[in-house]
Amino acid sequence: MATSSEPALIHARGLTKRFGAFTAVDAIDFDVAPGESFGFLGPNGAGKTSTVRMIGCVSPVTEGVLTVLGLDPAADSSRIKSRIGVVPQQDTLDMELTVRENLVIYGRYFDLSRREAGRRADELLEFVQLGERAKSQVEPLSGGMKRRLTIARSLINEPSLLLLDEPTTGLDPQARHLLWDRLYRLKQRGVTLVLTTHFMDEAEQLCDRLVVMDKAKIVAVGSPRELIEQYSTREVLELRFPADAAPSDASIFDGVASRVEQLPDRVLLYADDGEAAASVLHDRGLRPETSLVRRSSLEDVFLRLTGRSLIE
Amino acid sequence: MTAALRVLEFNAMGYRRVWRGTLFSTFLSPVLFLAAMGVGLGTFVDQGGNGALGPFSYAAFLAPGLLAGQAMQTAGFESTYPIMGAIIWDRTYFGMLATPITVPGIVFGQLGWMAIRMAMVSTAFFIVMVAFGLVASPLGILSIGVGVMTGLAFAAPIMAFAATRKNDQAFSMIFRFGLTPMFLFSGTFFPIERLPARIQLLAEILPLHHGVALARHLCLGDAADRSDQVVHVVVLSAYIVAGTIAALITFRRTLVR
Repeated sequence: MATSSEPALIHARGLTKRFGAFTAVDAIDFDVAPGESFGFLGPNGAGKTSTVRMIGCVSPVTEGVLTVLGLDPAADSSRIKSRIGVVPQQDTLDMELTVRENLVIYGRYFDLSRREAGRRADELLEFVQLGERAKSQVEPLSGGMKRRLTIARSLINEPSLLLLDEPTTGLDPQARHLLWDRLYRLKQRGVTLVLTTHFMDEAEQLCDRLVVMDKAKIVAVGSPRELIEQYSTREVLELRFPADAAPSDASIFDGVASRVEQLPDRVLLYADDGEAAASVLHDRGLRPETSLVRRSSLEDVFLRLTGRSLIE
Repeated sequence: MTAALRVLEFNAMGYRRVWRGTLFSTFLSPVLFLAAMGVGLGTFVDQGGNGALGPFSYAAFLAPGLLAGQAMQTAGFESTYPIMGAIIWDRTYFGMLATPITVPGIVFGQLGWMAIRMAMVSTAFFIVMVAFGLVASPLGILSIGVGVMTGLAFAAPIMAFAATRKNDQAFSMIFRFGLTPMFLFSGTFFPIERLPARIQLLAEILPLHHGVALARHLCLGDAADRSDQVVHVVVLSAYIVAGTIAALITFRRTLVR
């Protein structure tokens, strides 16, 4: 964890990335400890991918301090790259080659012998359940299979740090759960995972600690539980009203919840005891169409911190 | 440079799947060209000849020029669509750059692979020329090397250009307005001395003429003036070096952001 005395695997201070006049990452600070699963959460365009690309040494740092595995990406990119695995947002598989050849040639890029690359390729194909597709072309594979192949490929050099940029975007639930399962196993083996996502359940499943990014800055840091405690309540009461029937006078909610959010057809009340809040409102004569008490989630934290408006 | 060798290996791995198909066309093309233009048209030219070609048949005059021209065509293909594919369509280069492979590794590996392709095509062409009895000098074998140099003189600058493109629209322009006219007016089919002075000058600035002239002198064994040969080698080398430097710059600009 962050409080560990071990030196950070990734250390960033004032890390900044600019493309011309546009600032993609604005002076962010974070540390990732060995063995930790660390997430970057944020809406599209928040700067997550730019950050991960700098860690992966494929995008030069504009300003600030960044060390990866104790090395400087500007001076030692090849040494860093030889010890990390990367799952990029867009697949970069070789369409001309077979599934197995994709792994073997990637192993060759890391200077493995052909025999060793072949041995690891067979092992990894079993690990991601693609053993039966070893000889098929990449093109006809489903999105989930391609993603699994990309993950297998990122592991060919047995990395101690794995960078995953939106690993499960665009996948069906079955494929996502299989991937989470595989990533969890890697984590148990001691591989440090750094991932970006905008799926809250993915962050809750996989991350020990995460940062929420918005508009190029880090707006919150902590474990999923800490973030929920800090930025939300234990429970949320969701009241739905028929169109135009929502209470016009918001004072009816006074004193019931620590925070009230009024949306066009719903009212969200953030309270530690949702049922109690519901019964108070019932006593005050409020009759919503539906009433639902649920536990607070990371999604509530996310929406509170980054806002509900669409980012285009 | 290990990185370049790995990039070369990647290309070879993909080629392994298609080599049988290309082998046939690699030999077929010189046979067709030499049969039609060398023997067919050549018989016609030689009969009406005024001795402009000296003691040589038109086919022997034409063949080394076609060898260089073919290397240029191969370069034109290899340095456009596959490069765009690896940058934009499949993003293969980005996959490579996540590993210890570097941008110079990609550029030199890709050029190395193209040199091998050009050597294959030129060797096939040379074998067919020997079979047709069109090589007068043992030095003719060096024309395979000339084919490689000529090819690289095109491949390096064209791949530098290809890396700056977002789509493949410009590529057909390169063929239509660049390579095809050059193929016709660089001394391949007739000596450039027959061209108007200005166009002759243009032909002398562009690389193909130098590959054609060099290959021709080597195959015919009529290299009277050594300094001419040096000029040909220097011009081709200049295109290769300048193109490679340009490719290192444009590849870095496109691949590292």
